[in-house]
Amino acid sequence: MKEIEILIIGGGPAGLSAATAAADLGANVLILERDDKPGGQLVKQTHKFFGSKKQYAGDRGYQIGNFLIEECEKNPKIEVWTETTALGIYEDGMVTAEGQGKHLKINPEKIIVATGASEKMIAFPNNDLPGIYGAGAVQTLMNLYGIVPGKRVLMIGAGNIGLIVSYQLMQAGVEVAGIIEASPTIGGYLVHAAKIRRAGVPILTSHTITKAYGQESVEGAMICKLDEKWQPIPGTEQDLKVDVICLAVGLSPLTELCFQADCHMKYVPELSGHVSLRNKYLETTRLGLYVAGDVSGVEEASSAMVEGRLAGVCAAYSLGYGNDVAPKLQGEALAELSELRAGPAGQKTVKGIMKLMDKGGAAC
Amino acid sequence: MRITEHPILDFLRGEEVSFFFDGQELIGFEGETIAAALHAAGVRVLGHSQTMHRPRGLFCAIGNCSSCLMVVDGEPNVRICVEKLKSGMRVETQHGKGCLR
Amino acid sequence: MLSELGVLRLDKTGVPTAEDLKKVTPSEDRLKKGPVAIIECFQEIPCNPCTEACKQGAIQAMEDINNLPKLDFDQCNGCGVCLSRCPGLAIFIVDASYSDTEAIVRIPYEYHPVPQVGEKVVGLNRAGEELGTFEVNKVQSGGQKNKTYTVWMVVPKDLVMDVRSLRLGGVRHAS
Repeated sequence: MKEIEILIIGGGPAGLSAATAAADLGANVLILERDDKPGGQLVKQTHKFFGSKKQYAGDRGYQIGNFLIEECEKNPKIEVWTETTALGIYEDGMVTAEGQGKHLKINPEKIIVATGASEKMIAFPNNDLPGIYGAGAVQTLMNLYGIVPGKRVLMIGAGNIGLIVSYQLMQAGVEVAGIIEASPTIGGYLVHAAKIRRAGVPILTSHTITKAYGQESVEGAMICKLDEKWQPIPGTEQDLKVDVICLAVGLSPLTELCFQADCHMKYVPELSGHVSLRNKYLETTRLGLYVAGDVSGVEEASSAMVEGRLAGVCAAYSLGYGNDVAPKLQGEALAELSELRAGPAGQKTVKGIMKLMDKGGAAC
Repeated sequence: MRITEHPILDFLRGEEVSFFFDGQELIGFEGETIAAALHAAGVRVLGHSQTMHRPRGLFCAIGNCSSCLMVVDGEPNVRICVEKLKSGMRVETQHGKGCLR
Repeated sequence: MLSELGVLRLDKTGVPTAEDLKKVTPSEDRLKKGPVAIIECFQEIPCNPCTEACKQGAIQAMEDINNLPKLDFDQCNGCGVCLSRCPGLAIFIVDASYSDTEAIVRIPYEYHPVPQVGEKVVGLNRAGEELGTFEVNKVQSGGQKNKTYTVWMVVPKDLVMDVRSLRLGGVRHAS
């Protein structure tokens, strides 16, 4: 059995930031990462990140990932177990995991769940055909393995992921037939949309897919326009010949461990699904268990890194580390999160988090 | 279907290795996933659904959705999107739920 | 074919409107004087690298990083560092003083292959529509880390506020 002060489940931007923050204050940290390398979704991001210098704005996602990994590797108080999947968090505090075919038992004093989020699906006829991928899958194929997913893509969803992955497809030499978005406006950053439009790729808002078709894999899709009540308008059908349909229709927090650990959960649409009730220091209703990153509410990598830092500091502080500096670090992280969320783009998240502070929620 | 030149990324691929897909010899690179190697070789249909025999392929490519289960070196229900390719691997289409050894 | 007529708002189409562009276009006088940055950033998102990139102090530091960038056209010398750093690739440098009939438009470029000096490319506007064939007269690399190229195109002066993208001849596909 492994005894550890702080166990971090998930080695993406939130988990890596939490590890460095906690270890810098003196705590011993173990990260469990199911993939063969840490970095989470950052490793696939080729675009430059936004935010401010504190969140490495201007650097490309994978460069930020490499930097966070290096910081962890340098720190002797941080251990990383890759190819290790957390299996359960038990009432007595034990955490089990599977690594290299072995069943492992870990006894942590504090736990930070930073397991991220997974892709949503939408229902349409033949949505199970080969050639229909989540946007993350297309990124994995293209940016990790250098493999083109097909020749001509229909992108569904004009949020940041749909816009960014469309651009990445174009960079990989793949034709994007168009981006369709059911809502009447583009949900992602308009500068991403502008890049796509000036390359000649159409973005159609108020449009949806009515079906995909193909024998053994995708050969085409039918799309149509929606009216103000989101109902299909007859006569607006278009037939697109594509061999890939990419779904960028949102992410859901991967909260199974939180449910199992008996955290009080709530469905919050603004945060993209079921999330744990937590206070402003990211501690859930299960004392000693924190959440950070997309698992606490789907947002951006920049806030994932700051939340990770905050959770790491709080977990270490609660063990008695960093008594002199922790309050200042907590204040800085909270201020950065407010700053990131201050504009119109952050209002949805702010509203979602307020719902977690309702009566019945963890007190702030 | 492999990218050779990219404006941002350099692809450091491992050694070229051969493996078998339903008896046919294919080439891939050590260290990439089986799903990637099959995709590069043009294989997008990874199996068929049990009852209605609908073609199935990758969806999430990261181990979440179980759309890509195949038999690898005799072991069924392997998520080939996370399993790394090794020289000489025998990858086979899985029919039904697979037999546990 | 995929085409969409109707409401032209930026948040519906992804294409800045004439109204949007008025806010970031300098006077005719300033355009005639020499290179200047056109910061086509119209949405309040948390982002401020342009303010740090500018060595002339022409882009005001932001109290709130969600603010839109404020550029002082007279302080701006068109050096192009902001163009190369903007994560949204939303900054362009134009020089309407290039000649009597022509102007230079500099765009950020992140595709492969990169155009060569002297090459003729198809210039596109913000909606991806073709505006003509223009010559590339300079290509600057952003460096090993940055990787964003700056491509300079010579365009007819009256298109200086329209050309914002380019397409090389031929089809780009992976092997």
